[in-house]
Amino acid sequence: MSLETSLRSALGRARGLGSAKEGAASHWMAERLPAIALVPLALWFVFVAVIPNLGASHAEIVAFMGSPFNATLMLLTVLCGFYHGMLGLIVILEDYIQAHTARNIAVFATKLYAALGAALAAVSILKLSVGG
Amino acid sequence: MVEFMLPPNSRIKPGKTFPAPEGATNVRTFKIYRWDPEEGGNPRMDTFMVDMDTCGPMVLDALIKIKNEIDPTLTFRRSCREGICGSCSMNIDTNNTLACLKPIADIKGDVVITPLPHLPVVKDLVPDLTHIYAQYASIEPWLKSDTPPPPNAERLQSPEERAVLDGMWECILCFCCTTSCPSYWWNGDRYLGPAVLMQAARWVFDSRDEAAGERLDQLDDPFRLFRCHTIMNCTATCPKGLNPGRAIGQLKIKMFQRAG
Repeated sequence: MSLETSLRSALGRARGLGSAKEGAASHWMAERLPAIALVPLALWFVFVAVIPNLGASHAEIVAFMGSPFNATLMLLTVLCGFYHGMLGLIVILEDYIQAHTARNIAVFATKLYAALGAALAAVSILKLSVGG
Repeated sequence: MVEFMLPPNSRIKPGKTFPAPEGATNVRTFKIYRWDPEEGGNPRMDTFMVDMDTCGPMVLDALIKIKNEIDPTLTFRRSCREGICGSCSMNIDTNNTLACLKPIADIKGDVVITPLPHLPVVKDLVPDLTHIYAQYASIEPWLKSDTPPPPNAERLQSPEERAVLDGMWECILCFCCTTSCPSYWWNGDRYLGPAVLMQAARWVFDSRDEAAGERLDQLDDPFRLFRCHTIMNCTATCPKGLNPGRAIGQLKIKMFQRAG
């Protein structure tokens, strides 16, 4: 903190731009709820979707994903994973990157990555599930 | 980016050594952070050998003995010497605590003393607390009520309502917790830190206060309150045995309660 270089009052610096008043509680909840959902989803992903299908052919995977139940769970796993991962990563970036421009670029890139990754994964799942 | 290394002008160099008086048999070694703005240069670690047979039991006793008998330029804050004023908070043996409450006998090996971490240093063991005090002022830590008090009487509070404040009013604002918090190290310009947040909670939970909503509005921010990642260094280090982590958790719960 290079606080001592400014002639602003200490209270002025502490108040800064004021409270964002932007639903910090809902952000906190939005990070935790998918985390809870990911507990059963990750177990399903590892023990039902991945391990039994190790070495499976493309046709077998298509058959597995052809089940609406499996496709739905896979879609939820991917969407919750990207969403939770994005929010968590943004918190880490905000913690560790002090320079504002670099922080905003990193946060934006993370959002872009999460949106692209989630959309790509969702389309792939739907293609396997519906399009064969 | 986050700084994992001290800036070059803050790196600590070896300093002077003050040997124990001749004939002393019960000697402990104190390594103390020294920096004088008038001298400038890098901070250094001075080594003081203290004869424990003529020294009181607490770390503060040793600091006072060093200042009185060995090096009068050693600078530190102290006042009450019984853990109620919060002046002598410093980092002793890697933990933030009060020098007056820390027995020397509890420390194995050399007693290493540095100022509270991650604050600008004024001199030696005296950190600059200006920003933390300003953050404390920013939460407006006084009773706010539109209802006038009863004539010729105090504002009443039931014993149960009063008990809610236990564990929060005892805070002496030594800021051991705030300066032990990594979130405060990285984002102290905006994150309020555990000590100030516990005092914010102390007023939000006071049944006589009528400004809880206003107070929560001030905390509804990605940094001020929610930069707490429940690391819990605050609770682990509190020399008064208080639990700022719990108070912060209760503030977060209040935020959820009013959201839905």
